[in-house]
Order: sequence, then C-alpha cells, then structure tokens
Amino acid sequence: MSGGYIAQQIVNGLILGSMYALVAIGFSMIYGIIRLINFAHGEIIMIGAFLTLGLLQKLQLPFPVAAPLVLIAGAVVGIIIEKGAFRPMRGAPQVTGFIASLGVSIMLQNLGILLLTAQPRNFTFPDYLQSVVQIGLVSFRTIDGVIMASALVLMGGLLFLVHKTRLGMAMRATAENIDVARLMGININRTIMATFAIGSALAAIAGLMWGGKFGQIDPLLGFVPGLKSFVAAVIGGVGSIPGAILGGYILGLSEVLFVGLLPPIYSAFRDAFVFSTLILILLVLPNGILGKKMEDRA
Amino acid sequence: MSDSVCLAVNGLEKRFGGVVALTDYDIEIRSGELVGLIGPNGAGKTTVFNLLSGVLKPTRGTIFFKGQDITRFRPDQNAVLGIARTFQNIRLFNALSVKDNIKAALHPHMGCGLWKTVLNVPGYRRSERRIEDKSREFLDLLGLLEVENEPAENLPYGLQRRVEIGRALAVNPSLLLLDEPAAGLNPNETEDLIQTIRTLHQRYNLTIFLVEHDMRVIMTICSRIQVLDMGHILAEGDPVSIRKNSRVIAAYLGQPESSAHA
Repeated sequence: MSGGYIAQQIVNGLILGSMYALVAIGFSMIYGIIRLINFAHGEIIMIGAFLTLGLLQKLQLPFPVAAPLVLIAGAVVGIIIEKGAFRPMRGAPQVTGFIASLGVSIMLQNLGILLLTAQPRNFTFPDYLQSVVQIGLVSFRTIDGVIMASALVLMGGLLFLVHKTRLGMAMRATAENIDVARLMGININRTIMATFAIGSALAAIAGLMWGGKFGQIDPLLGFVPGLKSFVAAVIGGVGSIPGAILGGYILGLSEVLFVGLLPPIYSAFRDAFVFSTLILILLVLPNGILGKKMEDRA
Repeated sequence: MSDSVCLAVNGLEKRFGGVVALTDYDIEIRSGELVGLIGPNGAGKTTVFNLLSGVLKPTRGTIFFKGQDITRFRPDQNAVLGIARTFQNIRLFNALSVKDNIKAALHPHMGCGLWKTVLNVPGYRRSERRIEDKSREFLDLLGLLEVENEPAENLPYGLQRRVEIGRALAVNPSLLLLDEPAAGLNPNETEDLIQTIRTLHQRYNLTIFLVEHDMRVIMTICSRIQVLDMGHILAEGDPVSIRKNSRVIAAYLGQPESSAHA
C-alpha cells in the first residue's frame, strides 16, 4: 500500500466528509434551537440532488447559476417544512416533533417516488467539471475540488453569520433559552425559520455534491447519508456547529479509510463501521467531542 | 391624566386547573413611579410578573400598558412595546459573553431586518455602531466593562444579577419589572443594587415594579407598596403605613393578635 494510495484515500475521505459536515450542521442547528431531531433533514439532500439535475440537464443552466439556485431553493423548502410541519408542533413534547419529522421524511420520499419514479437517474456534470486534476500523488475531478472548497467557504460564512451578525446572536440566544429570548423581544418564529432555511440550504448543496460525487440519484438517496450525518452531528456534540463540522470530517475520513485500507471483503460493513464508531465515541464522550452537557428543556 | 398612567390592571385572575394563583388583582402604576410588590412565598408575586410580561395569559381580567390593551400579547410584543423584566432565578444566555447578552436584547429594538443583515448594507453597519455604543453605556453604568468578554456563566452571582438588569435595560423599556433583584446578594452588593436602581430610575425615566423579600430594599426605594397574600391583595400604601399594617404583619408572622384575643 503506497503513500500515494493513502493520500488519495484521505482526499476521498475529505470529499465525503464535506458532505456529511454540511448536512450535520443543519441537524445540529435545528436541534440546538428547538431540541428537534429532524429526520426529514436527509430528504433535503435528495431534493437538492434532483433540483440540480433538473436545473443542469432539463433547463440547461450553467453550473455557476444552478448552484446558488439550489442553495436558495433548499432554504425555501426548509421554511415550508418548518411552517407546515414543525411550527404547529411547537410546545408539544419532544417526541411529537420527532414523530412529525419521520412523517415528513416518509412523505417526501414517497412524493419523490410518485413524481420522479424510483428509477435511478444518471447524474452528469459538464465536462469541464469532470476533468481530472493531478496534484502530487493524488488526483481528483474538478467537481471534487469544487465540493471541498465550496464546503469550506459555506462553513466559514456560516460561522461568521452565527458569531458576528445579529441574526446569529438571536440564534445563539434562542438556542440558549427560547423563553428568555422571547422576553427580550427576539422574534423567535423568525429566528427558528432562519435556522431551518440555513440548515436546509446547506443540505440541498450537499445533495448537489452527492449527485456529483456518485453520479446516480434516486428518491430514497437521502436516508442513509441523512442518518450518517446525524451520527456525525452526535459525534461532534449535537448543538455545536464546529462539532458538526468536525464530526462530519471524522466520519467521512474514517469511513473511507475503513473501506480503503482493509481487505475488500470488509467493505460491505462500512455502515456497520460508521455506527460502531458512534457507539465507541459516545462510550468515552457521552456529549460528543465538542458538545456541552445540555439539560432537557421541558 | 390617563396618558401618565403606565400600567393599569383590572380584575386579573389566573387559575392553574383548580388552583387559583391570583384573583381580583388590580394595580395602577403612573409613569415614573417605583412600586414594590411583597408577600409571603407562594402569594402570587411571580405570577403577576409572568402575566404582565406575557409569559402567562390571564384566566380573566385586563392589562393596559400606556392605554393599550396588552392582555393577550406575546412576550416579544410586550418587549418591543417597552416592558422588560429580570428573573428570580437568574436566566442569562450562559454561553454568550456579557456584552453579547446585552447586544442580543438590543438588536430587536435598534435593529434592521434580516435581509439588510444578510446584505450588510450601510444602514446595518450604522445601527451596529449604535448598538455597540449603547451596550458600552449599559456595561459602564453597571460596572461590567472589565468582564464584557467573559461568558456570563463564569461570573459570580452578584455580577450575573447586574448583567440581567443590563439585558433588561437593553430592551429599552419604559416599564421595568425586577423579580427579587437582591436575592442572594450580600449586604454590600445589596447597597450597590439600591444605588443602581435609583440611578436607572432617574437616568432612563423608568417606571419600576419590583418584587423583593429584602425589606430594606423595598422600604428605602419604593414610594408605594402592594402586599399580596394567597393570591389576594392584602394591602396597598406607602412604606410607613405598610410597615404598621396589622394584616401585613399577621400574614408574615402568623396571627399573634387573633390568637391572643381568642
């Protein structure tokens, strides 16, 4: 096993990790602000992937135009889901919101099958994004480079938004204590809506990336990466955005290295490996790597 | 004269299931008054505050703030109108710095909307500067400048109380509700608090409604005191008359006279 091979695997891990991280951020932000484990979040990946397909291949839009549109559409979908499914559940026990999110998830999957059929579709990017770049020992396609770079830019922008703007401050204050935030005049409905919009926009972009990376999409594609991103959020410490990012990269890297470095016979166990990693990390760090002990809020 | 009435509450009642927490509650507070609310534990004082700030909705009765009916308003609407409060058990945004605690409360009142924020227009930057100045003003006034970048949870109790008052001020209230601001403070801190409340009252033209167990605080700063017991108003008057009121003494100390006469 050469150094080049390992370096290549690390790059592959970073690509996968970028996608997990972007989705995990949404899980973490939404949990942080309303203590909701949103299982419908993974479906946004699917929606983002199909939107990209439609914009690029049906409407023939150039990639630099399509990508921001996917981002915006993701935000809109997030707002609709929040308003339609979760706002009516506000104040209900935690488990009610959780069940509602499962309902939304199943509904979106089946809506996808109904409208788009379960037939997997090929997903191709324009040639200039498919061309292979060789840097040192590793090679990757331009789209993979775009995935890694844009994930970093989006995460940087998000951290700036959360820590340096007043919307971010309202989000942090609401996450800290929703009742007090409201008493200080913070419009929590708008703050929660913005959180869903941001989280969903990132997940939709992850969907674009998913299609670009694996080249094939179907209406059920969101479930497994959604679940794994949730694992990433928990590993990093749910509620913490840096934690979600760290968890995403840790999970992406370890998953790829597990498959790449062990004999091929084990590669069918990659999902089992991911969830074992979760259990091991939680045994040592029950609140995740960067998570703080959070009391349950009634 | 009704324009100088800050708060007018009529026939307020709150039931929790079969429990009547508060009944037949009235109060009228004129602008600029400093009124105290006292009573034994469980008398309904915090319920009054929760109703006034919109956290709870009354079962019956009305609340008018500056002539406007706010009986059914949400807490954030009340905050925007100018009602701010502190809490009996301190409830800060613990992970946020002292300064951010105050800024978070300033934003909804001095801010501009979401889109301007995202687009970072000049108007946004200007209001950002105003917020910075305003937060420094409150930090300075409350003696919190040295700890402005500390996470609120790291501060000692006495300072946390000050941060809470600063955050309430940041709401730019005309009515400030203080729920036991002296609880847990040592005598020196209490003395400082009395001074601080006086300063705020004058400098910002505030109307203050204060729940407190520390009689020294209540008796020195309030011009008028209302006494609650078991959800009823027991007495109302100036500090001297309240101190002498036999029903108030009985509520606090049991009923020496009646048992002696029995």
